[in-house]
Amino acid sequence: MPSLENITNTIHTWLNNHVSSTLATLIEMLIVALLAMGLFAILGLILVLMERKVSAYMQIRLGPNRVGFKGSLQTLADTLKLVLKEGLTPNGADKLLFNLAHYVVMCAAMLILAPLAFAKGFQIWDINIGVLYISAISSIGVIGILMAGWASNNKYSLLGAMRSGAQIVSYELSAGLSVLCIVILTGSLRISDIVNAQQNGWFIFKGHIPAIIAFVIFIIAVTAETNRAPFDLAEAESELTAGFHTEYSGMKFALFFLAEYVNIFVVCAIGATLFFGGWMPLHIGNWQGFNHAMDFVPSSIWFTIKVFGLIFLIMWFRWTFPRLRVDQLLNLEWKYLLPLSLVNLLVMTVVAIMGWHF
Amino acid sequence: MYRTTDILEHKQSPSAGGVGEAEYMVINVGPQHPATHGVLHLVITLNGETIINVEPHLGYIHRSIEKMCESLTYRQFIYTTSRMDYLSSHINNHCCAMSVEKALQIEIPERAKYIRVILDELTRLASHQLWWGAMAMDIGAITPFFYAFREREMINDIMEETCGARLTMNYMVPGGVMFDLHPNFQKRVKEFIAFFKSKIDEYDEILTGNVIFQNRVKGIGMLSKEDAISYGCTGPTARASGVSCDVRKLYPYELYNNIEFDEIINTGCDSFARYQVRMQEMKQSLKIVEQLIDNIPEGDFQAKTKAVLKLPKGEFYTRVETARGEFGVYIVSEGATTPYRIKFRSPGFSNLSALNHMAKGNKIGDLVAIMGTIDLVIPDIDR
Repeated sequence: MPSLENITNTIHTWLNNHVSSTLATLIEMLIVALLAMGLFAILGLILVLMERKVSAYMQIRLGPNRVGFKGSLQTLADTLKLVLKEGLTPNGADKLLFNLAHYVVMCAAMLILAPLAFAKGFQIWDINIGVLYISAISSIGVIGILMAGWASNNKYSLLGAMRSGAQIVSYELSAGLSVLCIVILTGSLRISDIVNAQQNGWFIFKGHIPAIIAFVIFIIAVTAETNRAPFDLAEAESELTAGFHTEYSGMKFALFFLAEYVNIFVVCAIGATLFFGGWMPLHIGNWQGFNHAMDFVPSSIWFTIKVFGLIFLIMWFRWTFPRLRVDQLLNLEWKYLLPLSLVNLLVMTVVAIMGWHF
Repeated sequence: MYRTTDILEHKQSPSAGGVGEAEYMVINVGPQHPATHGVLHLVITLNGETIINVEPHLGYIHRSIEKMCESLTYRQFIYTTSRMDYLSSHINNHCCAMSVEKALQIEIPERAKYIRVILDELTRLASHQLWWGAMAMDIGAITPFFYAFREREMINDIMEETCGARLTMNYMVPGGVMFDLHPNFQKRVKEFIAFFKSKIDEYDEILTGNVIFQNRVKGIGMLSKEDAISYGCTGPTARASGVSCDVRKLYPYELYNNIEFDEIINTGCDSFARYQVRMQEMKQSLKIVEQLIDNIPEGDFQAKTKAVLKLPKGEFYTRVETARGEFGVYIVSEGATTPYRIKFRSPGFSNLSALNHMAKGNKIGDLVAIMGTIDLVIPDIDR
């Protein structure tokens, strides 16, 4: 059966047989870079359309339906408009930081892709500290947002950036602690180990109640980390017009927008990997026949289904909930989520030590 | 609690560690801002996220309607009032028509009275629906807006069929209403009532019961009964502070003294109380329309009036309850065909004046929640 794993292996062997190993690595890097950028573009197209269709569905309207089949090319048309627009730099802005900020945000979003396993054997970099790497890199994005807010020379932007800084720094704690719950179960930070450990069942089922609590905390925390409603205080349209990207226009704005969607994809991919077994098909204990039937679905399809399921969940939040206030947001983290995730981590440790998990 | 005036006093006193006013940030909210629903210009002073002072600046859409009215006849000046509180245009027109009728002692036919009250209440419903959606959007929930507009659209269609307009109606004229009802009117209003009754619980499900929403509106924007009276607040804003001020109950006009409905009074004094008052008023409006829709008497829809109206010399004041509060028309007549002076008492203006008092010490996020619950329509404030 042709799978992504075979394709990558074939390319790797072919390259090593025909050119020197250094050149082969360089060519592979180039291919990976192109693929990552291609993924970015496709994600932008798909997720923006998906968001608009999901919101339209929830808001009893049709959504984009003029450009292309059922509006499928709407995002392309929007991108074209944004490309053609002038990227203004306001007077009095810090020009260097203002023009750098969106690249920082983009690079941060891009770097997190490295350790993600998109399918069986289809992974850019299986680093041994994968989970740690992800939580480290995901905090870089906030620097870009702070830069944008500060450099815009706009009070709304500054307020939005400050809110965003406080929010992301706080919610990273809970996100990190809930990720640790899964690390305890596997004893490894490597993404491939975590996925392989879920061969006989996903962690959300195997880890008893602590895993479910960890998942709920994780979803809340990553929604906050990606600045999505109900935690979209950094943008807070009705309060701060558009928050940190008020002054951005044209492609500069588009990059922020794209980074937001890629971030959603990335955090959902992490959630799917940790709690829903990544590309691992749905396996239930010793049901051989069932497990075998599930294996027929390609691993990349499994991964996509899980990730888009979680993305739909996050979009559902956005179109249902009102926005929190800034002090309520921080209260939620420091007074409820953080103590809860600490206790949860402790419970998970006990479960893992006693071997109560499946 | 973080919101106390003592924090402010502490910051402002020169002895308190040398933190002066230079720390404060001044932000212009509006005239073009997504939260001000129109073109209200607020200058807010901030200490971090906390509001120190809110100063509304008016004049951006001042059209000098009162002055214009001085050169318009008593039939013409009614049209300008549709452009003031555009969400209560029927009710504004009603007030003007009534003031002319009162001055000339015109007795209007019973049918016209029924039509007027039904349309008033439908207008109130439409206005409250729009308010509900817009307020949810201020707080950050975008979806309720579309639910609100689904029902509002039905009312707008009824209005369009009845008087040919969806926003600036100009349907009430001195002596009655301009045309007779459309034959479909009763059927469509009944359809709307049945539909809205099945959907009004959805409003509570999606927004009122939401814990985030309740946290956002409970305990903020406090306006005590005394303050509400001294700022001259009327309508749901004042009734949520426990002030009984429903003109329909206290000074009944048209049919209101024969109709069974409750004046909604809440003593919560906060944004949530104002929210609840409006939500319950929608149900009362439904009740009023239900009582009247089957009993519209046959007959004339307009009394016979002279072609040129001349008010006797004197001063006339009429008031009605719009969706936002008490709307008054004060006419000074010198006996000519045009008024000598007209003054409109608009509810939004007085309610806006309480905004600074309500918002002080709250966060920026609260400011939009408070503005949402006092339901400002800017052309009504800035005439």
